[in-house]
Amino acid sequence: MSKLMSLVSEGAGKVNPVSVAEYVGIGGYAGLRKAVGMTAEQVIAEVKKAKLLGRGGAAYPSGSKWEHLLHIPETPKYIVCNADEGEPGTFKDKLILGRLPLKLIEGITIAGFVFGAKAGYIYVRGEYRKIQKQLIQAIENAKKENFLGQNILGRGFDFDIHVISGAGAYVCGENSALLNSTEGKVGRPRIKPPHLAEVGLFLQPTLVNNVESLSSIPAIVLKGGDEFLGIGHPDSGGTKLICLSGHSARTGVYEIPLGKVTLREAIYDPEMGGGIRGGKNLKFFHLGGQSGAIGSPAQLDTPYSYTDLRKAGLSVGSGAIVVMDESVSIVEYLKGVTEFFIHESCGKCVPCREGNKQLYAILQKLSVPGAANEGDLANLRRLVTTMTAASFCGLGQTAAMALNTAWKHFKAEFEANVSKTAAAAAA
Amino acid sequence: MQELTEGQVLKIMESYGNDPQQLIAVLLDIQEASGRNVVEQKWSILASRVLGVPLSKIYDILTFYAMFSTNPRGEHVIEICQSTPCHFTEAERVVGWFEEVLGVKVGATTDDGAFTLFRTSCVGACDVGPVAKIGDDVFGDLTLDKVKTLVKSFRDGQPNLREALICQN
Ligand SMILES: Cc1cc2nc3c(=O)[nH]c(=O)nc-3n(C[C@H](O)[C@H](O)[C@H](O)COP(=O)(O)O)c2cc1C
Ligand code: SF4
Ligand code: FES
Repeated sequence: MSKLMSLVSEGAGKVNPVSVAEYVGIGGYAGLRKAVGMTAEQVIAEVKKAKLLGRGGAAYPSGSKWEHLLHIPETPKYIVCNADEGEPGTFKDKLILGRLPLKLIEGITIAGFVFGAKAGYIYVRGEYRKIQKQLIQAIENAKKENFLGQNILGRGFDFDIHVISGAGAYVCGENSALLNSTEGKVGRPRIKPPHLAEVGLFLQPTLVNNVESLSSIPAIVLKGGDEFLGIGHPDSGGTKLICLSGHSARTGVYEIPLGKVTLREAIYDPEMGGGIRGGKNLKFFHLGGQSGAIGSPAQLDTPYSYTDLRKAGLSVGSGAIVVMDESVSIVEYLKGVTEFFIHESCGKCVPCREGNKQLYAILQKLSVPGAANEGDLANLRRLVTTMTAASFCGLGQTAAMALNTAWKHFKAEFEANVSKTAAAAAA
Repeated sequence: MQELTEGQVLKIMESYGNDPQQLIAVLLDIQEASGRNVVEQKWSILASRVLGVPLSKIYDILTFYAMFSTNPRGEHVIEICQSTPCHFTEAERVVGWFEEVLGVKVGATTDDGAFTLFRTSCVGACDVGPVAKIGDDVFGDLTLDKVKTLVKSFRDGQPNLREALICQN
């Protein structure tokens, strides 16, 4: 039996993305209709029962986040959707934004209703310019049908959604940087605390959630938190959109129930990844984005759930699964990862701005036979510790994650080029 | 390509209600309308005056976000994704093909001002890597033949040639 699901992606590719009638035809807006008959507390109770963990990468429990915001008295409150999707190897939010935007719009509207917000913002990466235009069209159409705008569904509730464009900066996916950028400023991260739930957009209480998280809300309201939980893992309900890329034979987005599919199935099942292109062997896989962990074939039987992956030293992150075959050198791969972080570092703090450059310099040495010595390896370890502990935001804190995890699986390959004579001379 | 006029730039700002919060969107539109993928200094000065934003803040934005340029680029900016999922599915060969077909190196603009070639970070089309983003469109699973067709399509103003090659959402 197929393990693929379509809880969040139901209808994607089958309906005209901007047609409200077609969306309603596949059961769309039933979640909102039900939600407006409930109290805010009741909706949040379902989100808590569902154990929805944030799909943007940090896996923060959405129910707790919503409850926290509900108890903050200041108004107005804002709803912000993170559609920056900048993690290389991640293209699942694009599936919803491009093919099922009304599902996201419905989810944001439910959030707007729960928090009594007047305005929501969808911050979309600048590279998705065509999708932005379509999203604006879908919002306009929802307004015409009274699913947005004034007196929504005759419930005396007014809510509008604005689309904001990024302009090419990965760090803007970090939630505080995202808010700065939404305000028309440079997207450098803010210091926390204060928590964004208290001091967020325009210094007002704000909810920031990922596209996939918000698009799970209609199903949670409609099915109830318990049923949603049952679909996934006891610690984290529902499904996850995974993105297979690299040397996977069947690259693409697949929706799987959390905890019920192993990494091996995700990568090798003929309905999902279908194995490695050209019949080659798997060397490693990189989960959750460039900031995620690298795993080895020995870990393939780990179930794909937040809990199981964490226990194995891996993580779900954004849902990216970058598959690399035996032809790829681990040091060369990590040079690519580090180049990305050098380019995307905002430069605000030294451990990240300088640390990534120094990491790259050492990796460069490690890729040339005899160029590195034992001292370089020790420095590499120190850099990883410093960057992880002392960087200002998540970008610098996780930039060395790939290196740190790859080290465990491929120690011999790292050490292969280290000069023994240089080591002896240094001693 | 027509020079952008002060009237057009004022109109762009007006379409966003002259709202300083919309600065990034305004600058993106000015750049798009420039025909050379650039935000010229005179338009930054104008935006600073009309939106009431210090010029230094405008330059903070222009130099922070990768999509902006303060130097004129080609009418069509070709960006090859170099993030690891694409890089290890032979993105460098694609760079080589474009260099060969256009006759310029990465970072340079063709003599006729039609194309500039760059590398970029992930554009969210990793399933069809290696990819090139040209303007608002992404082209995937590239081969030398496709590269030749794309360049011809833009050079000869024949959008129909590339229609089928555009990567759908
Ligand atoms: C450097 C950096 C980049 C991030 N990029 C994204 C992104 O592109 N999309 C996203 O949803 N979350 C991203 N996040 C996570 C957000 O900060 C935040 O946790 C998320 O938007 C919260 O929504 P969720 O709980 O629904 O996942 C990023 C975090 C960091 C540190
Ligand atoms: S860790 Fe520091 S330099 Fe790096 S992106 Fe965050 S704030 Fe900027
Ligand atoms: S890695 Fe090239 S498009 Fe994502």
